[in-house]
Amino acid sequence: MFKIIDKKELCENVHQFRIEASHLVQKAKAGQFVILRKDDKGERVPMSIGGLDKNKGLLTVVIQEVGKTSASMNRMKIGESFADVVGPLGIPSHIEKFGHCICIGGGVGIPPIFPIAQALKMAGNRVTTIIGARNKSLLIFEEELSSASDRLLITTDDGSYGTHGFVTTVLQKLITDGEKIDMVIAIGPVPMMKAVVNTTREPKVKTLVSLNPIMVDGTGMCGACRVTVGGKTKFACVDGPDFDGHEVDFDEMTKRMKMYAKYEKVAYEKFLHNDCHLAKQIEEMR
Amino acid sequence: MTDENKNKPINKKERMKIPRQKMPEQLPQDRVRNFKEVPYGLTPQLAMEEAKRCLECPKPPCIAGCPVEVNIPAFIKLVAEGDFIGAARKIKETNALPAICGRVCPQEEQCEQVCVLTKKHKSVGIGNLERFVADYEREHGKVEIPKLPPSTGKKIAVVGSGPAGLTVAADLAQMGHKVTIYEALHKPGGVLIYGIPEFRLPKAIVQSEVNYLMQLGVEVKTSYVVGKLDTVDELFEMGFDAIFIGTGAGLPNFMKIEGENFNGIYSANEFLTRSNLMAAYDFPNMDTPIFVGENVAVLGGGNTAMDSVRTSLRLGAKNAYIVYRRSRTEMPARIEEIHHAEQEGVQFMFLTNPIKYIGDENGWVKAMECIKMELGEPDASGRRRPVEIKGSNFVLPVDTVVVAVGNSSNPLIPQTTPGLKTNKWGNIEVDPNTQMSSRPGVFAGGDIVTGGATVILAAGAGKVAARAIHKYVMGIPFDEPKKEEAKPAVR
Repeated sequence: MFKIIDKKELCENVHQFRIEASHLVQKAKAGQFVILRKDDKGERVPMSIGGLDKNKGLLTVVIQEVGKTSASMNRMKIGESFADVVGPLGIPSHIEKFGHCICIGGGVGIPPIFPIAQALKMAGNRVTTIIGARNKSLLIFEEELSSASDRLLITTDDGSYGTHGFVTTVLQKLITDGEKIDMVIAIGPVPMMKAVVNTTREPKVKTLVSLNPIMVDGTGMCGACRVTVGGKTKFACVDGPDFDGHEVDFDEMTKRMKMYAKYEKVAYEKFLHNDCHLAKQIEEMR
Repeated sequence: MTDENKNKPINKKERMKIPRQKMPEQLPQDRVRNFKEVPYGLTPQLAMEEAKRCLECPKPPCIAGCPVEVNIPAFIKLVAEGDFIGAARKIKETNALPAICGRVCPQEEQCEQVCVLTKKHKSVGIGNLERFVADYEREHGKVEIPKLPPSTGKKIAVVGSGPAGLTVAADLAQMGHKVTIYEALHKPGGVLIYGIPEFRLPKAIVQSEVNYLMQLGVEVKTSYVVGKLDTVDELFEMGFDAIFIGTGAGLPNFMKIEGENFNGIYSANEFLTRSNLMAAYDFPNMDTPIFVGENVAVLGGGNTAMDSVRTSLRLGAKNAYIVYRRSRTEMPARIEEIHHAEQEGVQFMFLTNPIKYIGDENGWVKAMECIKMELGEPDASGRRRPVEIKGSNFVLPVDTVVVAVGNSSNPLIPQTTPGLKTNKWGNIEVDPNTQMSSRPGVFAGGDIVTGGATVILAAGAGKVAARAIHKYVMGIPFDEPKKEEAKPAVR
């Protein structure tokens, strides 16, 4: 059940897993997400789908260590299994022939843009992808996105690779250069998505964002994931995860994402302490 | 009591002299600090004494008062005789979930309400006795798997493992059908697991009832979201002969007032799921956190509101309020639950309705503006409609709010099942005689049909559905619809 077939470190604190989940993989579509639970004590955490290998029945997820749950998941080994991989959840991204699509990914939002870029390209779109990271070593999924896009543009905050700046630096340039853009889809940290939306608001370019707020069940039952879109409360799990970016209240979302910050810190510190302690014990045993 | 007296038959008059036996329970000051079950249950002596109060009516109204038609006088007679195991098996002839129903059924509105004794005395403690025998059987390891009929070769899928789904599964398995339960969450039991707290229904009991079903040959698949992983039509393609949908209410209502998305404001579903299913009360030993501040307001007057407010006290709230827009008499919660909440120090604010939330600069709720209400003319539900008293606004400081004002139906299955008729609230429409929907072979029951109701009504619907599903898959025609029999009022 949900065995880790393959695992590799993409960059510091970011691991890519390929998990056996053939039934789910057959049914899943670009833009959907899954809920992972590591073990019986574990939280239910929503994770974007970073790839679907339908032939092998393998699901790709990319996990960044930000707290206890992600840290303990990233310490799982090939051959170990997740207690649960639930899904596919959420409404798939709306794919049709729009014309020229810009796919934007930032940080660990880069992997989930990959299946969407693939699907958009399959549907006959010209796909330009912009991916960004703080520096070259943190840039992931370059190869995948290069294959899925007609054109791949890269940015780094420190200029160590690609264009010096943010994904919006490049996006703004495309707009200023007068490129015809029919649709933008952005996945990444909330500030990045907010910046993208602010860039496309004036020129009125249709912009979708994929939201990943706090969730528990992921099937509409709990309402933890509520977000304000166009002045109305929506549940990201069943009404999304994709929404019209120009309508999303990102400031509220940012605050809601911090609801458990204190608890997360406690759990993470306790975990790191134990982890450290364990490493020391193992060291001593040798 | 001497042995001689024990076997002596007692007459009606003597029976009526026996007072209703009280079930011992944890003291309020102790139990608000733990999640252990509140009542300890009857002792064998108390149970036998209570059972003696039953008048063994020739035409017992209590059976008609039970949605799953338990032969109440027969099982009580066995209790009086000290045959507790026999009593448990008598109940199980019609009710697969006695340990659960004995705890969470509103007996005071069903079997106990119509008990002949209520005319002059207190009714027989039917629920307490049901609970006692089910616990006795389980704790003494005497749970017996009934002999199953030969397999019919028919396959039935049950979507959702709450009280409706568990009942359907148990009944169909005992008729020789192969049943597979699909549950979206990672543990089976539905609302019995995620919704009802440990102090009212220990999770080990739900687990043991589920284990019983598995011993009957029922297969349980968890973390399986029907409507997403497979649709109802795909289940038919997988070879199922009939499908029962018991997915519950499962989409929480909010009040659509200003500031409802501030941090600290939960739906009851989320609050209870974190505490119950995810065991967040045991954070950080368990990974899921839950936030409970000092001043907790729970909005609503039903059992879910009582469960939420009592949970908040156990999680450390200093002030725990029930804020309800009508008065005490209109509260839909069970009297026993309201009573328990009062004993534990819950503060009730009746005829009060929140109108907006006030937050701090970080997006956390810090107060709730409320308005006082008065009762006007009765509305469609027959309850007097609450009307705002102009200018009676006041501000209540709160840092946690739990919204327990009901659920709407979850759209996952209706949306992905073409031809499945729903009403304007999104509930699945069924024929009440068979629980069959507009799609032949697709049956439904519980909250997905009725909207938010009780465990036992869901189980009752499950019983009706099981009988009809059996006929459907075996090619037996359904009975002509019977005239609606008089049924006791249940909400």
